[in-house]
Amino acid sequence: MFSNLPLLSLVIWTPIIGGMLVLATGSKNSIEAKVLSLLVSLVTLALSIPLYTQFDSSLASMQFEELIPWITTFHINYHIGIDGISMPLIVLTTFISVIVIIAGWEVISYKTAQYMAAFLILEGLMIGTFAAMDAMLFYVFWEALLIPMFVIIGIWGGPNRVYATIKFFLYTFLGSVLMLISLLYLYMHAADVNGVGTFNIQDLHKLPLALNAQILIFLSFLLAFAVKVPMWPVHTWLPDAHVEAPTGGSVVLAAIMLKLGGYGFVRFSLPITPDASMTLDWLVILLSLIAIVYIGFVALVQADMKKLIAYSSISHMGFVTLGFFLLWKITDNTGSASGAVLGLEGAMVQMISHGFISAAMFLSVGVLYDRMHSRMIKDYGGVVNTMPAFASFAVFFAMANAGLPGTSGFVGEFMVIMAAFKANFWYAFLAAITLILGAAYTLWMIKRVVFGAIANEQVEHLEDMSGREFFMMLLLALAVLAIGLYPAPLLDVMHATIDNLVAHISVSKIP
Amino acid sequence: MFENYSDSSVYLAIVLAPLIGSIIAGIFNTYISRAVAHTVTIAGVGLSFILAVFVFKYFAFDDAQVYNETVYTWLVSDGIRFEIGFLVDNLTSMMLLVVSFVSLMVHLYTIGYMQEDPGYKRFFSYISLFTFSMYMLVMSNNFLQLFFGWEAVGLVSYLLIGFYYQKESAIFANMKAFLVNRVGDFGFILGIAAVLMVFNTLDYADVFSMANSKADLMIEIIPGSQWSMMTLMCILLFIGAMGKSAQVPLHVWLPDSMEGPTPISALIHAATMVTAGIFMVTRMSPLFELSETALSFIMVIGAITALFMGFLGVIQNDIKRVVAYSTLSQLGYMTVALGASAYSAAVFHLMTHAFFKALLFLAAGSVIIGMHHVQDIRQMGGLKKYMPITYWTSLLGTLALIGFPGFSGFFSKDSIIEAVHASHLVGSDFAYYAVLAGVFITALYSLRLFFIVFHGRERMDQHTKAHLKESPWVVTVPLVLLAIPSVIIGGMTISSVLYGDYFSNVVFVQHGHDVLGHLKEEYHGPMAMVLHGVTSAPFFLMVAGIATAWVLYMKRPEWPAKIKNSFGLIYDILDNKYGFDAFNEKVIAGGTRGIGHVLSKFGDIMIIDGFVVNGSAKSVAWFSSIIRQVQTGYLYHYAFAMILGLIGLLALAVF
Repeated sequence: MFSNLPLLSLVIWTPIIGGMLVLATGSKNSIEAKVLSLLVSLVTLALSIPLYTQFDSSLASMQFEELIPWITTFHINYHIGIDGISMPLIVLTTFISVIVIIAGWEVISYKTAQYMAAFLILEGLMIGTFAAMDAMLFYVFWEALLIPMFVIIGIWGGPNRVYATIKFFLYTFLGSVLMLISLLYLYMHAADVNGVGTFNIQDLHKLPLALNAQILIFLSFLLAFAVKVPMWPVHTWLPDAHVEAPTGGSVVLAAIMLKLGGYGFVRFSLPITPDASMTLDWLVILLSLIAIVYIGFVALVQADMKKLIAYSSISHMGFVTLGFFLLWKITDNTGSASGAVLGLEGAMVQMISHGFISAAMFLSVGVLYDRMHSRMIKDYGGVVNTMPAFASFAVFFAMANAGLPGTSGFVGEFMVIMAAFKANFWYAFLAAITLILGAAYTLWMIKRVVFGAIANEQVEHLEDMSGREFFMMLLLALAVLAIGLYPAPLLDVMHATIDNLVAHISVSKIP
Repeated sequence: MFENYSDSSVYLAIVLAPLIGSIIAGIFNTYISRAVAHTVTIAGVGLSFILAVFVFKYFAFDDAQVYNETVYTWLVSDGIRFEIGFLVDNLTSMMLLVVSFVSLMVHLYTIGYMQEDPGYKRFFSYISLFTFSMYMLVMSNNFLQLFFGWEAVGLVSYLLIGFYYQKESAIFANMKAFLVNRVGDFGFILGIAAVLMVFNTLDYADVFSMANSKADLMIEIIPGSQWSMMTLMCILLFIGAMGKSAQVPLHVWLPDSMEGPTPISALIHAATMVTAGIFMVTRMSPLFELSETALSFIMVIGAITALFMGFLGVIQNDIKRVVAYSTLSQLGYMTVALGASAYSAAVFHLMTHAFFKALLFLAAGSVIIGMHHVQDIRQMGGLKKYMPITYWTSLLGTLALIGFPGFSGFFSKDSIIEAVHASHLVGSDFAYYAVLAGVFITALYSLRLFFIVFHGRERMDQHTKAHLKESPWVVTVPLVLLAIPSVIIGGMTISSVLYGDYFSNVVFVQHGHDVLGHLKEEYHGPMAMVLHGVTSAPFFLMVAGIATAWVLYMKRPEWPAKIKNSFGLIYDILDNKYGFDAFNEKVIAGGTRGIGHVLSKFGDIMIIDGFVVNGSAKSVAWFSSIIRQVQTGYLYHYAFAMILGLIGLLALAVF
């Protein structure tokens, strides 16, 4: 009955147009703005559900495709579609966006409508980035979403927000400019090879490329995506951005924006430059392992809860990039590619799982911050005595962050470690150190913040979570448990796409 | 009653009954009364116990078929199916019986022990959750679910050690327990990864059936040197067991775990969870048998644990810590048995130990109740006349622990000693003398505890003394019910479990390692074993241990202090527990934090942010400040520049 609806476009534009409407309510009646925002985010979530239910997981090709010519001179199209890689990320985005709106409900009193609108527009832009099938469209969404994020941190952020926003903007912008140059080169190169230039990502996948060109393109992509992920050593913008961002900003940043970097690797780097990926896989693996271990140590000594979780995010994202680039080392070591899919799918699961867990962790800090106006670990102690329900959730999400089996945090790490062992004993060895370090920094924080005797008068007067806070924690906890106990449905939608990807990148593109 | 054991519903019911109880008591904590909380959890565990009895009967007496089925597929990736499923055979059914019985006793006991605690309902929820997790662990038919159960029991252990979350020592101990276990799990997950790499499946049956064909695989860990894949895999898996079953040097968490309430010390940190490592290695016998290096490693680690942790039990003054060190030492015995390929003997000792050690812990708890939560044995004494049931059951438990001929512990421990004696692996001589010496030490610390607590001068204060009385029936009934198997289960079952074919379908032993088969030739029934036992070396060592304890703590109570003074150095070493804790705190924990600070301060803040990021921002600023000089705004400057440019261009054109 609705089969003719441009569903994917609706999912992209509902929040953007909704966000505009919210802006139009003005800043006087914040309750109207809030209700409208919630409604928009719920509608978007509802619209995204058919993307999952009507998704044909047996197909590797793009689904829900839409193509409208846009700038015909340069063959730029409004071309969108989803496959098994982008669909879960889009559903994650619509889900987290609802949580973010709820999270800002009572907390944001300054320019509420603008705040909500910024998040809705950001939501649409992020979904657009995941759905774009045209490289230029992708680039437009990719850059455009910096603006609402910039505004969110810059207006509703902490005292040092200017430094953080500039750092955030310059870091990400620097990376993306090189990506733009690469995309332009690819367009020209396609014109040379085929007679007509293209920004169609799937056509770029098939475009033959000499190795040295591939390497340059790979490196420029790497810089763009590595900043977003973020990978060591271009990660230092993230802790600053998190610390200054309002809770909702941190949630979106950790849960979804970091995933754009990971998504870039599987959508651009691997399929467009497979030979360069093979040549330079050691570099990504090295940086990933450094991220996992080095950042794990750094996280341990943070005094600020948000910084600690930010570093924890970087460390967990190391599993994503590690899982993506194991194919060639596995083939070298075992003589077969068996295990490469495990690594790639594990990395995908890790992205989804980290979306839920990091969102919950930042929300937990937000719950405390709203009451005590401090993110410092030393200002807390014995929170469990006055906030038992909160403490239960905090311990649960801490365990999920430490990768406890039965939670989603375990699934991706487990799969990537299994795959890494096939590539090289030491990859698995270093990656598995996270079992110890991840537990150490998370549980040590829990010990100092949640457990113990009541540390001071402020803690003594804490009130436990409100119904609103309880509800969003519960939603996230259920998601974390569901993926942890039964990840099969999540993986089933990916198989065809990932198999296809592995088959594609196993073949050289050098003409 | 349950005719169809090939139906998964029986096994699902065993697993889910305690889980449901736990969820009701945990999530609806604030809406239900204490009575509801303990009723639903006890009903859940009770039901699973009854079912476990039937399952055990079915496997032990009715010659059952092994049950090995998938419950659901967790995920499929790369053509590998990761599943949740049950494997129920003779080993599983015995573990189920032991776990459910001890768990049920502990549930009952908790009603009495925790009656004044505000966390009463939460406690019941946790111990039922533990029971569920332990079932998942022992019933697993694959490595993945094993790891699930493995970590889940670790989680509950974490929650329970930190049960008194206001106590700094408790929340330190639970974090320490979790992290030390994670060190073990680090090895364990790598071991699982090795299994997946070699066999491309994590299903036990598939892995074990292919094991022999992969025995000669090599792996190059360090370029240029080839390692046996099986040795690597087995040692990695065993590192997991070292964490969970508290083997040196990963034993440090277990004594501290005594910060938790006593019922869980009995259930988790004595009878069940800590034996998970023993269970795991036994389950993996087809793999471990392929690496003599790994077996020797296991045997030596076990022997060190058995002997040196026993020494520490002699000088402890906290009633629970004495029993905790005794648990460490006994786990060492089991590990030694594994190393000697006497898997059945290890599991046999696991079973007898579960009963008598749970008994000893619960008896210690009963003493603690009577003493109003004083745990220092120097303030006890002469409790025999106040707490007769606790006294007599403790005596039976102690005799079982020291391996007094005829008691359960005698059969299992003597078998281990004989098995090690018969082993020819590297390290078996050392292990033999260690476990032999351990017999003396076990008798010494056990009887020391027994004499100081129940006999001699009454050292408690008047107030405590006035209120001293036997514990209520919910406490003493479990003691009696545990005392019965502590006495008789060994003699009753040794003929079938150890020297019969009870484990013939479970445990796989290479012909050259078959020490138990060798012992079987000289085995003529439990009575003959008892008669032979009273003339053997372990018996004399045990008697010597009892006599020493009697002299030191009954006859000449002033002597221990003198000995302590004349052997100050040895006492200090023991008192510092060989320095493990200090080393871990200073070097491992301190070193880790130190690395973190260095990387954070120098790596992130100074080099990346200070030098690269802000540095490039500064150099851009500096560069533009220079360039800015050119933009003076004076027309003649610009005109001058244009003329210079023009001359330059002209010069280019001319030359």
